[in-house]
Amino acid sequence: MLKSLHIDPGKCTGCKQCEMACSYEHEQSFNPSLSRIKVFDFHEQGRFVPYTCTQCTEAWCLQACPVDAISANESLGAKVVSADLCVGCKVCTIACPFGTISYNPRSGVVSKCDLCDGSPKCAEACPTGAITFVDASATGLDKMRQWAQKTDTAAG
Amino acid sequence: MSWTGKILRVDLTSGTVKSEPLNTEWAQQYIGQRGLATRYMCAEVDPAVDPLAPENKVIFATGPLTGTAASTSGRYSVITKGPLTGAIACSNSGGFFGAELKFAGWDMVIFEGKSPTPVYLYIENDDAKLMPADDLWGQSVWATDKALHDRHQDPQLRVAAVGRAAEKGCLYAGVVNDLHRAAGRSGVGTVMASKNLKAVAVRGTNGVSNIKDPARFMKAVAAEKAVLAENAVTGQGLPTYGTQVLMNVINEIGAMPTRNARDVQFEGASDISGEAMHEPRKTDGRPNLTTNAACFGCTIACGRISSIDEKHFSVENKPQYHHNSGGLEYEAAWALGSDCGVDDLDAATYANFICNEDGIDPITFGATLAAAMELFEEGVITTEQTGGIELKFGSAEALVKMVELTGRGEGFGAELGLGSKRLCEKYGRPELSMTVKGQEFPAYDPRGIQGMGLTYATSNRGACHVRGYTVASEVLGIPEKTDPHVTEGKAGLVKAFQDATAAVDSTGLCLFTTFAWGLENFAPQLDAACDGEWTVERLAEAGERIWNLERAFNQAAGLTGADDNLPKRLLKDAGKVGPTAGMVNRLDEMLPEYYSLRGWTDDGLVPDETRQRLGIADSL
Ligand code: SF4
Repeated sequence: MLKSLHIDPGKCTGCKQCEMACSYEHEQSFNPSLSRIKVFDFHEQGRFVPYTCTQCTEAWCLQACPVDAISANESLGAKVVSADLCVGCKVCTIACPFGTISYNPRSGVVSKCDLCDGSPKCAEACPTGAITFVDASATGLDKMRQWAQKTDTAAG
Repeated sequence: MSWTGKILRVDLTSGTVKSEPLNTEWAQQYIGQRGLATRYMCAEVDPAVDPLAPENKVIFATGPLTGTAASTSGRYSVITKGPLTGAIACSNSGGFFGAELKFAGWDMVIFEGKSPTPVYLYIENDDAKLMPADDLWGQSVWATDKALHDRHQDPQLRVAAVGRAAEKGCLYAGVVNDLHRAAGRSGVGTVMASKNLKAVAVRGTNGVSNIKDPARFMKAVAAEKAVLAENAVTGQGLPTYGTQVLMNVINEIGAMPTRNARDVQFEGASDISGEAMHEPRKTDGRPNLTTNAACFGCTIACGRISSIDEKHFSVENKPQYHHNSGGLEYEAAWALGSDCGVDDLDAATYANFICNEDGIDPITFGATLAAAMELFEEGVITTEQTGGIELKFGSAEALVKMVELTGRGEGFGAELGLGSKRLCEKYGRPELSMTVKGQEFPAYDPRGIQGMGLTYATSNRGACHVRGYTVASEVLGIPEKTDPHVTEGKAGLVKAFQDATAAVDSTGLCLFTTFAWGLENFAPQLDAACDGEWTVERLAEAGERIWNLERAFNQAAGLTGADDNLPKRLLKDAGKVGPTAGMVNRLDEMLPEYYSLRGWTDDGLVPDETRQRLGIADSL
């Protein structure tokens, strides 16, 4: 079964445990500035929103890369950057409509979410279930269930 | 390691900034944050110094676990000699600023001297420089935060700043970071402003990568996160209601200081409780509470994000407050609510916004206003002093007006800004000030919770609940239930809580974890992360060392056992209703035993043998 990250901003408290888990997994450092997932704090609205790569099928980043440094891992559904091949041209960062692939000035290459080989550390670290790793064809199930519950079956 | 091993020393007089190595021997004895900064204070500052003189120093300090994956790792403290109390002051804050400072590569920043003109410190990793703040002087914390974000064009910048109250000499101004998190008590912000230091803005992209045993650390962190999640208080109570989970509980047991502690129960408590914050308002159909929020790394998320009804009189025609910001925590709801007899949730929320916007401690502000209300009702002060405002208990209008004036240091607000001790002395009624060592006690009435009387009386920074929160045991039964009406055994209980708290406050983690964690939950995390061996025994010993060093600082500053006292009202005027009816606090039954358990003299002095035993003999 293909799985994907499912994000429910309504459950997020803005703690950034995900950012630490991500940066630790990929960079051996607790360092939100290097995290592939970011939590945004819309303070005046009282909303927190985690955001990362959705591993889109179109994969603009992959298509744009002139040196084929980005490949698709078909079984995971992840688009993965090879740091060895990347030349740091940043074309992929321009191509991605969501801004979820970014350049790291220290390493000189780009980085993005690679789903941690199938067990995303952000989802494991999230204390509230705002980030989960679920069946890719059923990411809307929660919302469907909520709306289903509101359906007034008694009405004749 | 897990300390960065680096300290930033900022000489404000000469405008120079330099890096120096951390004293790692001290780190092994004092852990970090509260303990370690106190050690530096003792080495570098004459305890007899005038708190507002350039010779006093201000230290921003993180702990070894700040900025790690350990739950609640966002903490830092501001340590100085406090102007409200003349005692050591250490105020702890969450939010995101502390972790950012650590990510920039600094365990501590030590500010010394006084800048000739207003400045702020800008830190970008190793780069740190003082920059002019003339245009920020006279601005609120919120305006300063925005101006610095605009200037540096960096949405990730973290700002800690003082507001207008601090500049105007309010003696209980705090340092506010991330708009609504504060090193709030004892006037640490006042000292900062006295040095012409408006703000610290920091951006750190170095991260923390020097954990001693990363695999063991991640395992310990996961296990302790699970303990927090499964505990009823940290897993359910705090995320749902915040610390406001206590409002109804404390009121029911008759330990709610009300109307300047004339009463021990507040009839309007449920209207300003955590539960009420969830109720849709009758006026606009929305609840006061929008969401809960976490500090950096925190898996508890006790923070409150609230809004005020746009039609409420406090914000009508003030669109700048028609949005969410930090909402009421229990101590603030008590001070701005119960203690002033105010049962208007939105008015208290507005007052809380202003305390954050202008950087004042809501506990001392509310309790000072309560004292002023009593002076007013007794006819000692009149509308002549208050600028025409009727300072009646229960008046939400008076609360709103006075918090605005105090935040800006204007009119009668300038007098309120000096705290209740100076206010009540000025008007010849010192007994109406609910203070210990010049600082107002918070939301637990020691007539109904005996141990808290001893906690307040002996707290090293003046009356305070987060120096030895025996409420946990006496009311909530954590870790074991004790009878709140009994004094027996409380000396030992208070000492144990004080020592453990001093250790916890030095780690970089949040005290609120201790509803679920004991030192045995901290030790494995510290031991996996930090150089040295960190056992429960060693943490308890470090806590006791820190407590005694703070005490020794105060002793050298001129404080004595006579300052370990409570307001007469708590000792003489019995509670009138509820479970506390007929009761006073019996401090005299606890204090001598406490001194003896501490190894102090009958007069409360720290003698040489105790100093030798704890290794603090040469510290001052
Ligand atoms: S428990 Fe509350 S105060 Fe403590 S770190 Fe978490 S959100 Fe912040």
